[in-house]
Amino acid sequence: MPGPQPVAKSEVAVGARADVPLLAHTGNSRVADEIFRYAMLACGLCVLALVGVIVYELATKSGLSWHAFGMKFFFRSEWDPVNEQFGALPFVYGTIVSSILALVLAVPLAIGVAVFVTEMSPVWLRGPLAFTTELLAAIPSVIYGLWAIFVLVPLLRVYVQPFLAKYFGWTGLFDGPPFGIGMLAAGVILAIMVVPIISSITREVMTAVPRQQREAVLALGATRWEMIRTGVLRNARAGIMGGIILGLGRALGETMAVTMVIGNRPEISRSLFAPGYTMASVIANEFSEATGDVYLSALVEVGLALFLVTIIVNVLAQLLVWSVTRGTPARGNA
Amino acid sequence: MPETKIGPAFTSRPVSLVRRLTNSFATFAAVGAVVLVLAPLFAIFAYLVYMGIGSINLAFLTQTPKPVGETGGGMANAIGGTCLILAIASSFGVPIGIGAGIYLAEYGRNRFGDLIRFTADVLNGVPSIVIGIVAYAIVVLTQGHFSALAGGVALAMMMIPTISRTTEEMLLLVPNAVREAAYGLGVSRWRTTLSITLRTATSGVITGVMLAFARVAGETAPLLFTAFGNQYWNWNANQPTAALSLQIYTYAISPFDEWHRQAWAGSLILIILIVLSVTAVRVATSRGVLKGA
Repeated sequence: MPGPQPVAKSEVAVGARADVPLLAHTGNSRVADEIFRYAMLACGLCVLALVGVIVYELATKSGLSWHAFGMKFFFRSEWDPVNEQFGALPFVYGTIVSSILALVLAVPLAIGVAVFVTEMSPVWLRGPLAFTTELLAAIPSVIYGLWAIFVLVPLLRVYVQPFLAKYFGWTGLFDGPPFGIGMLAAGVILAIMVVPIISSITREVMTAVPRQQREAVLALGATRWEMIRTGVLRNARAGIMGGIILGLGRALGETMAVTMVIGNRPEISRSLFAPGYTMASVIANEFSEATGDVYLSALVEVGLALFLVTIIVNVLAQLLVWSVTRGTPARGNA
Repeated sequence: MPETKIGPAFTSRPVSLVRRLTNSFATFAAVGAVVLVLAPLFAIFAYLVYMGIGSINLAFLTQTPKPVGETGGGMANAIGGTCLILAIASSFGVPIGIGAGIYLAEYGRNRFGDLIRFTADVLNGVPSIVIGIVAYAIVVLTQGHFSALAGGVALAMMMIPTISRTTEEMLLLVPNAVREAAYGLGVSRWRTTLSITLRTATSGVITGVMLAFARVAGETAPLLFTAFGNQYWNWNANQPTAALSLQIYTYAISPFDEWHRQAWAGSLILIILIVLSVTAVRVATSRGVLKGA
């Protein structure tokens, strides 16, 4: 990092006022420094203010629905805009089931990728692999949705769902006609979307495990897998858990791709083939068409609940990840 | 990893078959996971190019949408709308984000800084649809109608946390000796921060900004009830505006083949726009006036 070049430039800037003794400037620059400091502080405060504004707007705008239904709002499954009866249970159910399904599919894959990239892959392949998985995170959600509608859903309908119904139909999870569209499709597309998040955090915390741990386990005669399991994964588990929870947060709030394939029907069904509805999708679909204050307020309340849940999930994840990686990155030279 | 051979060499007995098999199986499973994860990525890109390339033509890039049933027409207004919304979002989000990053790096090495840092990390995880509701409440309800401004505000809210954290990280990479050299020459602190520290970290900061930009460029959910969409050209920040992502969504869930075709083309254009803007900035920062480090 060549610092000298810009420094030389500022020397010219200072030299331009050479007729005034340099040290005499301290009085002036102190005022300017304070102004600058407060301007930057204001930008920093914006971040805090943002959270404040989000909470305030969501809380005030959902008041109407809160007064009308109270806590029961989250335990009723009636969603009837015409008679202004609202209950969010089907959306809560759909959000939880699709997210859990996504995690069940994504976690083993994400950890597998992280293990391969950090511990097994040849060095030259590491960079490209990490970059490519990260690329998955850069694809806009609406494009995932488009791909899911025209590629994933037909694939599920023709191959995967008949297979599941035939061999696992007894579980009751795979009942009913194979539409393609439904909870299963939502879970699969969500899984594809959260894998990069979980695997990049897992990679980060696995890299943070000291090298001596690995060498010690290998010196005891462990195979490579035993080294990874006892020396690396066990030491990094809190951070990996954090990554998984962060992935959960993303899955809970993901909107477009899910809305496009879940079927958007406010029903609770045991079968994963059946259409469902999530909290984010109902807002996306009905918010701009909501007539009536209670209707709008009910949708905002769904948003408030979604916000609170993701905040809790993210705080938890952040604390877990920090507990593992704190101290490892080059910090604190300012 | 060179250590692989150390283990077995020092044991007196050969490693048991079960353990060796488990080891091979684990390797096999990890490779399998990589393949399974990369498969959809390639499938998505392959489909995008395959379906999109045939539908992109001059009309698609220069015309506004045709009514249902008529073939032809394009997404020119949506491309323009996306640029307008992104310009609004960047003009709010980038300065505030960089400012917050400067605060965190230069003044925020304390508990209060930790609070902001933590809040920014948590904000990153707030669902975009919730941000949309908030932008609706702040801008749309105040103005009384949907607008490009509301969409820009929503996207700016999503850019600020990302930009502030990456800016902070990049500023912390600048060696303290550089700051001290400036102070030693009598340069004031704010001057040092802006023309020495920030300048040295420019290319990193810009990379962070571009990451945030690329992330919000394809966002759809926060635009649904802020920018809302528009069938016609609009360059007025106070009017509802079309956006590429919104148009893709509307066309994708429609029952018309012609619209599906255009949705693929729009997606390809969106990806190309994102990649182009990111590379353009990278090229600009690697030489010429913007070169920092």
